[in-house]
Amino acid sequence: MKHLLTTASLMAVMAAPAWAETAKIGVITTLSGPAGYLGEQIRDGLKLGLSASGADTELVIEDDARDPNTGLQIADRMLNEEGIKLLTGIVFSNVAGTVVPETLDNGGIYVSPNAAPSNLAGAKCHPNYFVVSWQNDSLHEASGVAAKELGYKTAVALAPNYQAGQDAIAGFEREFGGEVTQIYTAVDQSDFAGEMAQIRDANPDVVFQFHPGGQGIGFLKQYQQAGLLGKIPMALSEPSIDTVILKAVGDAAIGITGTTHWNDDFDNDASKAMVAAWAAEYPDRPLTTYAQQAYDTGLLIGSALKKTDGKTDDVEALAAAIKEADFTSTRGLFSFGQNQHPVQEWFMTEIVAGPDGGPKIETKKKIREQVGDVYAADCKM
Amino acid sequence: MVLIVEQLLNGLQYGVTLFLLAAGLTLIFGIMGVINLAHGALYMIGAFVGTWVALQSGSFWIGLPVGLAVTAAVGVAMEVGIIRRLYARDHLDQVLATFALILIFNEAMVLIFGRRPLRTNLPEIFSGSVEIMPGLPYPIYRLFVIVVGLLVALGLYILINKTRVGMLVRAGATNRAMVQALGVDIGRLYTVVFALGALLAGLAGIMASPIVSVQVGMGEEIILATFVVVVIGGVGSVKGAFIAGLLLGMIDTMLRAFLPRVLAGFMDGSDAQALGSGVSSMGIYLMMALVLLIRPRGLFAAGA
Amino acid sequence: MRKENIGLVVLLLLLIAVPFIAEMTGQLSLIRLVGQILIFGIAASSLNFILGYGGMISFGHAAFFGVGGYVVGVMYHHFDQGTAFLGIIPGTDQMLVTLPLAIVVAGLAAALVGALSLRTSGVQFIMITLAFAQMFFFLVVSLKTYGGEDGIMVRRTNDLPFLNMRDKATLYWVIVCVTAVYFLAMRRLVHSSFGAIIAGIRQNERRMAALGISTYRYKLVAFVLSGMGAGLAGALMVNFLRFASPDMMHWTRSGELMIMVILGGVGTVIGPFIGAAALVALETNIARWTEHWHLYIGLILLVVVLATKGGILGLIRKVGGRK
Repeated sequence: MKHLLTTASLMAVMAAPAWAETAKIGVITTLSGPAGYLGEQIRDGLKLGLSASGADTELVIEDDARDPNTGLQIADRMLNEEGIKLLTGIVFSNVAGTVVPETLDNGGIYVSPNAAPSNLAGAKCHPNYFVVSWQNDSLHEASGVAAKELGYKTAVALAPNYQAGQDAIAGFEREFGGEVTQIYTAVDQSDFAGEMAQIRDANPDVVFQFHPGGQGIGFLKQYQQAGLLGKIPMALSEPSIDTVILKAVGDAAIGITGTTHWNDDFDNDASKAMVAAWAAEYPDRPLTTYAQQAYDTGLLIGSALKKTDGKTDDVEALAAAIKEADFTSTRGLFSFGQNQHPVQEWFMTEIVAGPDGGPKIETKKKIREQVGDVYAADCKM
Repeated sequence: MVLIVEQLLNGLQYGVTLFLLAAGLTLIFGIMGVINLAHGALYMIGAFVGTWVALQSGSFWIGLPVGLAVTAAVGVAMEVGIIRRLYARDHLDQVLATFALILIFNEAMVLIFGRRPLRTNLPEIFSGSVEIMPGLPYPIYRLFVIVVGLLVALGLYILINKTRVGMLVRAGATNRAMVQALGVDIGRLYTVVFALGALLAGLAGIMASPIVSVQVGMGEEIILATFVVVVIGGVGSVKGAFIAGLLLGMIDTMLRAFLPRVLAGFMDGSDAQALGSGVSSMGIYLMMALVLLIRPRGLFAAGA
Repeated sequence: MRKENIGLVVLLLLLIAVPFIAEMTGQLSLIRLVGQILIFGIAASSLNFILGYGGMISFGHAAFFGVGGYVVGVMYHHFDQGTAFLGIIPGTDQMLVTLPLAIVVAGLAAALVGALSLRTSGVQFIMITLAFAQMFFFLVVSLKTYGGEDGIMVRRTNDLPFLNMRDKATLYWVIVCVTAVYFLAMRRLVHSSFGAIIAGIRQNERRMAALGISTYRYKLVAFVLSGMGAGLAGALMVNFLRFASPDMMHWTRSGELMIMVILGGVGTVIGPFIGAAALVALETNIARWTEHWHLYIGLILLVVVLATKGGILGLIRKVGGRK
């Protein structure tokens, strides 16, 4: 009798739904300074994506203030004092430059919703390092393709002088194929008068500039003030003309050509669900690609956590689950390359006058079929 | 040719901003003998208040006077409350007390305005450019800044050299004790000078706000360059502040504009930019070190 | 005198016990906190020698802190890459090499800056030391090879023979040892005839010169010694944080060191350490319940400067009734 009772209760316990643990995820992102809204977009997109995937998670969110040292100290604390195994959230490549190696050194997993510098994409790739957004260079290669397709032969390329900026100019130049004059700006620069003078002097067919966040707003406004806006066309990648920048710049942006891997007018169900969820949760804030990338990251992590029963202690199992990429991306087609960076399509956009009077990013056509990045081949995983 | 003229204008515009800040600082230092590290905070307050009021009211022309008034008021409060206690103290105490003020003001701005930089909107007449020479449409707003700066310089010249108050200021800068012995209400004079300095700093901030990022800590970025101008120009001399300010503004801008290109001739673009930018930044400090070693009191020192 | 020594021994024992206390109470961040306090204490103490005892208001002290730190960073970078500095000096990750090297290089930098700056005095001295610090800062920022703005990540703490430097507690105890040695050396220096001369120069330089003392030379030596102390602290800091950044040399960092000296009370050997403890503790604790902790630090500093004459130690002495 006792035997039967024990067996019965054991079976009852086993039959009960597995109570998933709450997984702790470390989110290190930039919440202060002129680029603080990028971190906010990533944080909020991540939250929406995780809840859409149904995973039960606890997010530990900290601000890296765009400083690699601050990011490093936060990561050290999260990994060694708080026992967190899964980190994500970084906006800027210079912060990624310290946090990612630190995470990997301490046996953790890093999933990037944004920054993906070239020095971590090739030979230094790692089984615990995943990128959901794009590899830095490929983000800007698309603009090079667009500029070439529009028939331009000479260009001036500007970017701030840090890893992502160097990757940007390298990527643009790689696909553009024409003659490129490189100009590097300072990372915290807000006055671009000197650069405007140089652009005017060089008189190229097209200008490419990568200035994310508040810098982007300043650059576009000063480009207009310098009388260059009507004269020399621009071909920009998504971070230089995100919807927040667009709102601040207004009509001055109409006519600019852009490139992107995702836009809010995409037709697939996952994208439409995300757009609706964001509009419901944050009706006053524009939805940028940063939030979309973080949303996809949330979906990815959620799908992996389902496979490990919400546990993060078995890092190997969690990494294997993430690698499967078993989720439906908001951009349509998505898969991991050899270096665990995305393989995806790219599109040309144009800033047009929207239905409500303000400017809007409109998808024009696909310019690249499913493609990864140039560093994947160097990755010997 | 066009490039050089454009960069010279940019340098002039930066130099004029430096002058506005340095003029006030040199008077405060020269007449009151106080090292005020928090002068940059007044620049920041002017920028924040002016921009915020302009955003709320929808007009830059309302933001300007309100920003000036508020900054002058803050300056007076600062002088009466804190700076007054520092006249008798040694330099170390002055440095530390005003450093503390920087921390307090920076955080106060965060509390009042939040962490994100404020967006500025230029009035319509300024948002375009004017062709000042064939092939060079220069932004109207920057021309406006240059003109305002030069007008203020003229105004200060008249104030200091042709009015009674100006005479007291010059006397105070030359020999403080004597002025006091002659029965002048030195306390009132100090407050007036400080308020004037604050006004100029606030004006510099409001003028700069459409161009640079209006964010916490913008004072620190420019205060060092301002001190360099004061030291090179000579403590207590507004003429020195004017000449040194324009000189430094132009040298700094031209270095930044042309040094990276020169270096790019034999270095990789990213390295050239970094080195060029770093050396350009060092430029004004090298100048100051040189001037201090040759003429320790600066170019146009006022005191005996 | 006796009482003071007993107090110091007790303090030393407490410091050694920190990792165990941290383990027991589960406050793992305690090791990081106390380690930073000790390192900043060394840096502040070195500044105190020329500032408190010598009366030289140098706003460029952070430059030497940063130089010491970058020696470690640059040596590690070359070690990691397998290249050599300027093509001749190979990289290294051995603390027995990097620490002395950092001290020497910082001393040389101080000799250069001091030789030029000490020819001036008063506000010009403050400004010119500030200028030099900024020049070092911008020089470092401009060198992309060594990380530029982003600094150098030192992935592994420097090695010491027979010790496992990857263990946080081991590194901490090494820092305690170095701090103890430094403290004793500083105490000896202050009470020596050299220290007396430096103090005399602060009180009345003309009188010392009339006594036949070459004040410039003594001030220069003091400046170099203090630069070496800052360099030592910087080297330890980079090992501790595993990161060398240009911010270490920024003029606002000099300001922080001055705050520590003032908070602790100028003119005592233990003062700067108390000041460092006060500032770091204030920062961490106030930062816990408000993100606006800069405001409170500023207010406290303002009150201390305006109201007291001897910093925290002075306040304690006043309250304790001693002179």
